Amino acid sequence: MTERGSIIYLEGVTVDYDGFKALNCLNFIVNYNELRVVIGPNGAGKTTLLDVICGKTKPAEGRVIFGRDVDLLPLREHEIVQLGIGRKFQAPSIYNNLTVWENLDLSLKRESKGVVATLLGKSSAAERDRIGRTLDTIGLGDCARQRAGSLSHGQKQWLEIGMVILQDPQLIMVDEPVAGMTDKETEQTGLLLQSLAEKHAIIVIEHDMAFVRQIARTVTVLHEGAVICEGPVDKVQADPKVQEIYLGHRKQKNAHAAAG
Amino acid sequence: MKSVLSMVLLGAVSLWGAGQAVGAEGPRGTTAAPPLSFIDKALTDLSSGDQAKQDAAVLLLSEQGDPGLLPKLEEIRDNADRSVRLAIKPLMDLLKNRANLASSDADRRRSAAADLGSSGKPVVIPWLEAALAGESNRWVRYTIEESLALIRLASDNPDDKINAAAKLGELRSPNAVPALKELLLQAGATDATDQQKALANTARIAIEQIDIQASWANAFETIFRGISLSSILLIMSLGLAIVFGLMGVINMAHGELMMIGAYATFVTQECFKAYLPAGLFDYYFFMSMPVSFCAAALCGLILEATVIRFLYGRPLETMLATWGVSLVLIQAARVYFGDLTSVVAPSWLSGGAQVMVGVYLPYNRLFIIVLSILCVAGIYFLLFRTGVGLRVRAVMQNRDMSSCLGIPTRKVDAYTFAFGSGLAGLAGCALTLIGNVEPGLGQNYIVDSFMVVVTGGVGKLMGTIVASLGIGGLNKLLEPSFGAVYGKVLILVLVILFLQRRPSGLFTIKGRHADA
Amino acid sequence: MNEPRNNAQSTQGGEGLLFWLAGLVLLVGLPVLNVLPDPESWVHVSDFTLNRFGKFLCFGILALGLDLIWGYTGILSLGHGVFFGLGAYAIGMHLMLTIGTESVYGSALPDFMVWNQVKELPLFWKPFYSFGVALAGAVLVPTLFAFMFGFLAFRSRIKGVYFAIITQALALCAWLVFNRNETNLGGTNGLTDFKQLLGFRLSEPGTQRALYILTVLCLGAAYVVCRRIIRSRAGRVLVAVRDSEQRVLFSGYSPANYKLFVFVVSAALAGLAGALYVPQVGIITPAQIGVLPSLEMVIWVAVGGRGTLVGAALGAVGVNWARSVLTNYFPELWPFFLGGLFIAVVLLFPDGLVGLFARMKEKWVASGLGTRKSLPASEAGGQEAQ
Repeated sequence: MTERGSIIYLEGVTVDYDGFKALNCLNFIVNYNELRVVIGPNGAGKTTLLDVICGKTKPAEGRVIFGRDVDLLPLREHEIVQLGIGRKFQAPSIYNNLTVWENLDLSLKRESKGVVATLLGKSSAAERDRIGRTLDTIGLGDCARQRAGSLSHGQKQWLEIGMVILQDPQLIMVDEPVAGMTDKETEQTGLLLQSLAEKHAIIVIEHDMAFVRQIARTVTVLHEGAVICEGPVDKVQADPKVQEIYLGHRKQKNAHAAAG
Repeated sequence: MKSVLSMVLLGAVSLWGAGQAVGAEGPRGTTAAPPLSFIDKALTDLSSGDQAKQDAAVLLLSEQGDPGLLPKLEEIRDNADRSVRLAIKPLMDLLKNRANLASSDADRRRSAAADLGSSGKPVVIPWLEAALAGESNRWVRYTIEESLALIRLASDNPDDKINAAAKLGELRSPNAVPALKELLLQAGATDATDQQKALANTARIAIEQIDIQASWANAFETIFRGISLSSILLIMSLGLAIVFGLMGVINMAHGELMMIGAYATFVTQECFKAYLPAGLFDYYFFMSMPVSFCAAALCGLILEATVIRFLYGRPLETMLATWGVSLVLIQAARVYFGDLTSVVAPSWLSGGAQVMVGVYLPYNRLFIIVLSILCVAGIYFLLFRTGVGLRVRAVMQNRDMSSCLGIPTRKVDAYTFAFGSGLAGLAGCALTLIGNVEPGLGQNYIVDSFMVVVTGGVGKLMGTIVASLGIGGLNKLLEPSFGAVYGKVLILVLVILFLQRRPSGLFTIKGRHADA
Repeated sequence: MNEPRNNAQSTQGGEGLLFWLAGLVLLVGLPVLNVLPDPESWVHVSDFTLNRFGKFLCFGILALGLDLIWGYTGILSLGHGVFFGLGAYAIGMHLMLTIGTESVYGSALPDFMVWNQVKELPLFWKPFYSFGVALAGAVLVPTLFAFMFGFLAFRSRIKGVYFAIITQALALCAWLVFNRNETNLGGTNGLTDFKQLLGFRLSEPGTQRALYILTVLCLGAAYVVCRRIIRSRAGRVLVAVRDSEQRVLFSGYSPANYKLFVFVVSAALAGLAGALYVPQVGIITPAQIGVLPSLEMVIWVAVGGRGTLVGAALGAVGVNWARSVLTNYFPELWPFFLGGLFIAVVLLFPDGLVGLFARMKEKWVASGLGTRKSLPASEAGGQEAQ
């Protein structure tokens, strides 16, 4: 795991919310084409980690380097997005009053996303084709004309994933993608993420341990804004420190011990 | 009344000797007290129509300075033509002021002394000196001394003049500046005598002393005015901040709830006038405070139940709907109460306290400052020390969780809104002390108080307090150099620039709920 | 694969028809009825009525701009009276200067300057001798001002009620400044008593008719421009900003730029409206640009139906018509009516008149024709994907 091979590299990042350190001198590295799952108890700083990478929150200290040598700290959010970092939010964040098609169309990666370009621009056949294929990938092919606000919760989650895919990012960050999904939907989402991981680096935040086991190769455990443990699922689950802080209650611990 | 009169007479008698002494140096050289018939003659001379006789009579009577003649003079004035009335007026003023020097009301004594001082007549010197001897109130003494010095400054005696100029400097009297400057001007002339130059020196020192004092007084007064405006803004913004901060509701009718509070005060006053003994009138204000709080809170409850509760989570729509409510309320008040009414401030709130030369703090403003402090304290107590406050804060932080825990969130909303509205009513009640009661009352400050809330940040009372102090203080600080209008424009610019750095106000809740 | 049309857009076919119909009536119908030889005829449109409609249509132009920013982008500006005022004052200043020696005091200076003992024309008035400069200023000054204000506001992400309050304070400040005599803008009495425009007497019905037709044309042009914007991808970004600004940001757009763009366009339209308003109404005062007028403008849009361009223009005309009728017969009731309108439009029919019509139409037409699909069908679609 050399620095050269990393797609995102955080060093000594500290985020301070009025005295509460959401991230505390955090070091975090993800390599190209890696699917990384970040877990941790509530308030561990998982979402803040994503906020820092995508520029929503600026850390008080530390370095955030994208790819070889792009410093993310001075950039604004949309500039970071254009570098190739996409994010799916915890609560589905889509455009309710536009159709599914329009939602995807707006997210599609384009030369320019400035006002003039969008005022005059028309979609090319290739672009329409890409949107169509993505619609099929996320299983919303029949709903293209439908207002996005009328979709079900799971569909909204997928739509947002589709929107992120269309941005063609090198790094995809997904915050609790299966919250509120049925088991079947969860499994499908897992398959989707795994297939995406073939071409993209992905950071997934998740609570659902079954889901984590389904998709994860490497897991990072955060606690109180710092990395506690990192490695394959089995190793992490066996780590006594993790069991103590993350699994907390004895009952849960026993359950996991039984499962492992 | 009787005792006052006798005091006046006593004073007049005791003044007699002094009056004679001054009279001896006067141009007419009267040596003995004129006989009573002499006065009678002078009184008849007043309306004789002969200019010379009239002037002489006025002079004589003012030297005589007997306030007991006032009724007679009044009689003469009532029967006389305009020229006589004009001639008698200064004489009567003089006598009246002399009588007032012995008044039991310190303010009256003081203004009498000031009037006598500005009359510039040397005859009043002994009166003032006598009054000074018996005066214990610091500020009345100050005014008497100032008046004496002013008159002496205008006299012909060079020593008197120098002493008076020095005295005025000591007194830091701002009223003396024009006269002292005149002296400087005289000394600057080419044909100025040494005496004049010496006098000018003293005058220069005096002016310096006065100027230093004046700039202190000015600074002090600016600060006070700033605090006063801040406290008004604060008391208005508190309700707004509670409703906005705790419920996310921007209530554009907040100003009209204030108006309701102001009219409630007015109605309470009218009721006291109509149904209760006059002696109780001064206490109506104690009654009007709870009345206006309750009236506005009730209106707030109704408003919440009929309009606002359908609009939670839609702040922009709430703004528009409540603006509509405010239009209706203003027009209703205009139709019912007419355009302008005013509330008589209770006597214990009129007047003010003088803390130093040139600095006078009106009681009504002080009262509002105290009231706003009490409100802040009350709100803190309510929010952070009581069970109700705990529930309010719980609902504010997590509505769904609170609801799960069995807190009746609907009720909490309604009460919170009513409480914020009640505070607006209280603010309206306080505003009656410093201005008229009119239907548009709430509109005057509403934009300012919104700016306070925006600058202060949502959800933190501390922000509201600091922002109202900041905006109120800045307003008064900028007013002298930029004028009220440009001061306001400048404040808007400053607020926008400030929001560049802190888009969600002074104090913000950072962290994961920041965007919720 | 063809790009599917939003069902909201498909109803715009009807809107197009309405546009041409309304255009025909306003552009040809009313002026023809106005010049009918027989003034007693019941179809005759008086000069007064025509002039009044000209005024309403000016407000319609403004409402279009306001709808862009509020209806589509979801940004509530309570300061559009300022932009309207800037446009109006620019033309008003030109008209003041063309009065020349016809004024009451017979001076080349505007009357109020004589009254205020201003001896020389202030420097910033001088360019307004030229009509071209005044016309350009009427659009460019509000545009530039909106650009500066919007740049600061949107850059620092002031939004929602914060933006509304800031713009309201702007309206208050503008009102205060325009009221001052020393700014040489006519003080409380504003600019009035205009005589001529480009050599045409403003008192002539012919001039007014021409101005009316010009207003209709401008309204039509403004409508076409707004429609173009709305139907471009940029228009969809605007709606997207309203729905989820965060997502827009993380899709690689800069919401601030889009907001600034739409704010500036709407300010330019407001300026244009002001420029057309002044020669027709003959007076502009600070009272027309303050806090209350700015709020009223929002209500026009809300009443007509925000998010539909036709609705916005319709609302502006409708509310002002109601106003001129009501203030004529029941002056005391107008504030009650206006206040009630504010409340009713928010609580009872948030989609405005257009939404009300649409809902009624929906009731009349069989409900099965709606394009909205039921949930189970789309869920099935989702599962097929795997």
